[in-house]
Amino acid sequence: MIAFLRNTWRGLTSMRTALILLFLLALAAMPGALLPQRSLNPPNVTAYIAGHGWWGTLLDRMQFFDVYASVWFSAIYLMLFISLVGCLLPRTFEYAKALRAQPVLTPRNLARLPHHETADLDAAAADVIAAARARLRGWRLVEREEADGARSVSAERGYLRETGNLIFHFAMLGLIVALALGKMFNYEGQVIVKADGSEFCNSGTLNYDSFRPGLRVDGTDLSPFCVRVNDFKADYLPTGQADMFTAKIDYQAGADLAANTWRPYDLQVNSPLRTAGDRVYLLGHGYAPTFTVVWPNGEERRQTIQWRPVDNLTLLSEGATKFDPPGVTDSEERRKRQLVVTGLLAPTALMHDKLLTSGFPDLRDPAVAVDVLRGDSGLDSGRGQSIFGIDQSMVDNGRLTKVARENLRPGEAITLDDGTKIRFDGVERWVSLQVSHDPTQVWVLVSAVLMILGLGASLTVKRRRLWVRAVPQDEGRTVVEVGGLARTDQAGYGEEFRTVAAELLSPRRGT
Amino acid sequence: MPVNETLSTYSDWTYSAAALVYVFAMICYAVEQAFNRAAKKSEAKELVGAGAPVIGRIEDAPARDRPERFGRIAVALTVLGALLHLSALVLRGVATHRAPWGNMYEYGMAVTLVAVTAWIVLMSKFDVRRLGVFVLTPIVILMFLGGTVLYTDAAPVQPALQSYWLIVHVSAAIISSGLFLVPGVVSVLYLMRTRHDANPAKFAKFGPKLPDADTLDRLAYRTTIFAFPIYTFGIICGAIWAEAAWGRFWGWDPKETVAFVAWVVYAGYLHSRATAGWRGTRAAVINSVGFAMIVFNLFFINLVIAGLHSYA
Repeated sequence: MIAFLRNTWRGLTSMRTALILLFLLALAAMPGALLPQRSLNPPNVTAYIAGHGWWGTLLDRMQFFDVYASVWFSAIYLMLFISLVGCLLPRTFEYAKALRAQPVLTPRNLARLPHHETADLDAAAADVIAAARARLRGWRLVEREEADGARSVSAERGYLRETGNLIFHFAMLGLIVALALGKMFNYEGQVIVKADGSEFCNSGTLNYDSFRPGLRVDGTDLSPFCVRVNDFKADYLPTGQADMFTAKIDYQAGADLAANTWRPYDLQVNSPLRTAGDRVYLLGHGYAPTFTVVWPNGEERRQTIQWRPVDNLTLLSEGATKFDPPGVTDSEERRKRQLVVTGLLAPTALMHDKLLTSGFPDLRDPAVAVDVLRGDSGLDSGRGQSIFGIDQSMVDNGRLTKVARENLRPGEAITLDDGTKIRFDGVERWVSLQVSHDPTQVWVLVSAVLMILGLGASLTVKRRRLWVRAVPQDEGRTVVEVGGLARTDQAGYGEEFRTVAAELLSPRRGT
Repeated sequence: MPVNETLSTYSDWTYSAAALVYVFAMICYAVEQAFNRAAKKSEAKELVGAGAPVIGRIEDAPARDRPERFGRIAVALTVLGALLHLSALVLRGVATHRAPWGNMYEYGMAVTLVAVTAWIVLMSKFDVRRLGVFVLTPIVILMFLGGTVLYTDAAPVQPALQSYWLIVHVSAAIISSGLFLVPGVVSVLYLMRTRHDANPAKFAKFGPKLPDADTLDRLAYRTTIFAFPIYTFGIICGAIWAEAAWGRFWGWDPKETVAFVAWVVYAGYLHSRATAGWRGTRAAVINSVGFAMIVFNLFFINLVIAGLHSYA
C-alpha cells in the first residue's frame, strides 16, 4: 500500500508526467476556443446543440460547452497542480542546501573542460590568486591549497537562475490559488440604465438585469454604492465607425451615501469607475423610444423602454413596449385590452419604400416601424418573457392580434379602430453597465508580475563555474590555468570566460 | 485627427516594395542553397574549429565562389527589404497618428518585420545564412496575404482600442510572434536534418546542405527563450487591459484560450529540453506545434471564430 502510494506520487511528480499533463491541458483547453461556450454566449450554445442533433447532445453531456468548469479540465489542472507541488518541494530543499554549499573542488585536469586557457606568468602564486579573487568579485569563491603546493580558486555564479525559476513556479501556484479564491467571492452583474438621470444602486441582486455570483456569494452582502447616469455621448467618424463613447455619471459610495453627496465621473470604454471595491464598466448603449397611449376616455400612459440593437454598425434596434389599459380592475377584461407596440427603431432612418433601415448609428433622424398588438400580452400569465419581445405563443393562439402597422417619426401617431391614439414622442439613450467585484484580482496581478520577473531571471541568468589554479615554478614564475564550465543549456559563456581569462593571464595583471 | 492619405499611400508602396525585395532575396538565398556544395562547408568547419567566431570563417574562405556571392546579395537585399518594411510601418503610424498595429493588416506587417529583423540578427551570430529561403518564404506568404486579403485602409481605431495598452500589449504580441516564427521554421528543418542523419536516403539532396542538427537546435532554443518571456509579458498586459476594457482579466475568449494553449505548448518545449527522452526530435515537434498555434490564433481565431479580438 505504502509502495503503491509512493509509486503514484513519484509517477505524478516526474517531469515526464508533468509534460504529458501540460500537453493534455493545452489539448483540453482547445475545444473552448472552437465550440461556443455557455459562459460566453448561451444562445450560441443552444443553437449549436439544436443544429447538431445527437452530436450536440453528446458534446453537451460531456461538458464540452462548459470546458473550463468541466470535470475533465479540472482533473487535469488539479493533477498538474499536485505534480507541480511535488516537483517544487524537493527542489526548494535542494536550493536551500545549495545556497549554503561551497563551490566544488577544482578538477584535477582543467584542460578537459570546455573552456580552458593557461599561461606562464612572472608572478608569485599568492599574487595570482589575490588578483583572481579581486577579479572574481561577485562570484561565490572558495580558495583551496592542493597537495602538490598549488593553490586554486573555485568560483561559481548565477544562483539567481534557480531563484528565478522557483519564484516563477511558486508565483504560478499563487496565481492559481488567487484565481480559485476569486471564483468563490467574485460577482458580476449587468444592468441597463437610461441616460436621463436614472439611478442604479448596488444594493441587491434584483436591481440587475442579470447577475452572476461566485460560489460563495448569495447576493446579500454587495458593496453599497449608487450610480446616476446623466448623459451619454457617442462620437462617430463620418464613416459610421465609433470614435468614443462617454457616459457622464455621478456616483456615491461610503460616507457619501449617508450624506447624499454625488461625485461626477466620465465613464468611458477603457476607464471604468473603481469605487467601494467594485468596478463599473460601460459595456454598451442603445436607444429607448418613448410612446404615449391616449385612450378614448382621455387617459394617458407614457413609457420609455429600452430596445436592443440588432445591428451593431447602424444600431437598428428592436423591442416591445407594453401597456396596460388604465382603470381596468377586472383581470379578464384587462387581458383583452393590453397593448403592445413592437417593431424596429432606426436612429437615422432610411426608407426603402415602406421598409425601414438605419443609415447611421447616431441619433440624427429617428423613426420607428411598429406593429400594434392588442389583447393578452402574456405579462399576467406568470410565464417569463423577454423585455425586448412579445410572447409569440399569445399571438399563435390568437389571444394577441395585430391591429395596426405604421412607420412613425417623432410626433406622429397611430389611431386605432377604437379611437385609441399611440404617439411616438422621441428617443432616449440608455447605457448598459457592468458591475464587477473580484477581491483577489490584485493578488493575481502580483503573482503574474512575480512570474515575469522569475521567468526573466531563470532564462537570462547563466549558472557557470570558473576555476583558477596557480602552480608555483622555479624563479618565482607561476603557471596559471583557468577553466570554465557553463552548467546550463545556455551557450554564450565563452565570451565572458575569454574576457576573464585574458585579464587573469595577462602579464601586467600578474606583476 | 484625420488620416494623412498621402503618407498612407507611401506606406502602401513601400510595403509592396519590401515584399518584392524579399522575393528577390529569396531567389538569391535559394540559388545559394541549391548550388552550395555541402562538403566545402564541413571542410571549412574542421579547419577552424568550434570556438572561432563565425565572421572569421567567412573571411578565411579561400575564394568567393558564385553561390557565396548570391548569399551576400541575398543578405543585402534582406536588409534593404527590412528598411523599406520599417518605413512602411512608420509611415502608417504617422499617417494614422497612432501605433501602427490596429488591425490585422498592420499587425501582420509588424510581425513579419520583427521576424526579418530577428533573422538578420541571427544570421550574424550563426552560420545559417543559406536557410534564408525557408525563413523568407513564410514571411513573403504572410505579407502577400496581409496586402491582399487582410488589407485595411488607414483609419482611426474603435474606442476599445484607444488605450496605451494597445502600444504595450500588442507590441509584445508582435515581437514574440515574429520571433517565434524563426524557431518554428528552424525546428521543421531540424526534423528534416535528423531524419536525414538517421537515414541518409531521406532528404538525400537537401539534408546535407542544412546546418548540423545541433546548430539548428541551439538556434531554435535561444530564440525561443528570448521570445517566451516577451510572450508571457504580452499575455499579462492583455489581461490587465482586458480588466480595464471588458470587465474581467481573463474570460476564456477564444483568442485568450489559444494564447494560453500556445503558452502551455512553449512551456512544454522548455521543459522537454530538460527531460531525458524528450529533447531533440520531440522538442522540435513541440516547438513547431507552438508556432502553428500562434498562426492559428492569428488567422483562424480572428477570421473564422467571432470573439472579442475580431477587429479586422
